Amino acid sequence: MCETCGCGDPDIVPIEIQESILAVNDHQAEHNREHFVRDRVLAINLMGSPGSGKTALLEATAVALGGEHRLTALSGDLATDNDAERLRAAGIPSLSITTGSACHLDAKMVHHALHHAPWDESDLLFIENVGNLVCPAVYDLGQQANVVALAVTEGEDKPLKYPVMFSKADLVLLTKVDLLPHLPGISVERIAAALAETMPEAAMIPVSALTGEGMGAWIEWLEAQRLETERLSALRVAAIGPPIVAGGHMKV
Amino acid sequence: MHEYSIVSALLDRVDDAVRLHGATAVHRIRVQIGELSGVETGLLHEAFLMVRGSTVSAEAELEITAVEAQWRCAMCNRIVARGERLSCPNCGATARLAKGSEILLERVEMEVP
Repeated sequence: MCETCGCGDPDIVPIEIQESILAVNDHQAEHNREHFVRDRVLAINLMGSPGSGKTALLEATAVALGGEHRLTALSGDLATDNDAERLRAAGIPSLSITTGSACHLDAKMVHHALHHAPWDESDLLFIENVGNLVCPAVYDLGQQANVVALAVTEGEDKPLKYPVMFSKADLVLLTKVDLLPHLPGISVERIAAALAETMPEAAMIPVSALTGEGMGAWIEWLEAQRLETERLSALRVAAIGPPIVAGGHMKV
Repeated sequence: MHEYSIVSALLDRVDDAVRLHGATAVHRIRVQIGELSGVETGLLHEAFLMVRGSTVSAEAELEITAVEAQWRCAMCNRIVARGERLSCPNCGATARLAKGSEILLERVEMEVP
């Protein structure tokens, strides 16, 4: 109550918060990350436009790895189970996260799905985000790396039009490069130049899920990330000891 | 459009502050939104007007400060100009986003009886 002039008006109190509006999501994402590191699982947030070839890329990745690593996938989809179904047919245990009208995945949706997928028995977890170059970039899911699929048919200036998405990418996979002979106006160099303006440490691998071109370089990149997962996990064990799992067994 | 989910997270956070301080109404909410945050200030404001009605922030004003993006060299701190490659022309190091990623709740002004 105002005691200055005795007018009886309530006081207006300014409270400093200085906290991210997405603090709850960020906290949940850190929790997911803890799980991934503890269980030595490399989690990749795979983003890109609808039709950029994310699902085909994962199918081809399963073929290229040839059973070398155990894979799991979570597929964000507005309305169908189609992507997860395709991935299961490709031998990747997969679960759909049906988002309804939501245009992106958030850390809570991923956490909920983790309770229903065998991710902790795998080496690599692919989180295939909803096809969208805007919203998914805003939400941390707890991934170790962001990978963006960009199809050669999408145009050379996509990175300049969607700078937020590309500024957060650790790797861009330039997909459908088998179509380049039919696209005389598209230059891979100009796409790389646009990326250099929006993506720090710009890294791009041209790939084709159809012909297998570039899949070797992609698998090498994944292997390097796997070593980083091992390193992070070892650091965690050194800091707080090995994980204790119900039933007394530990993941080997 | 994810601005509705941003507003919903914002109002949840404001509610926490309201409960903590026993406030009866919220007058003003101040936020900072970075140019490269992925949040559109116009859409955020629209979403706020749509959603605030049923909450303790029903009469509140949303004051948005837009923050321009600025890339700087991670090593020597030199500003990397717009449209340049995101690596330092001086030392070659990678640029980092020094400003412009903010999705920040700065301050809540509320009525405390």
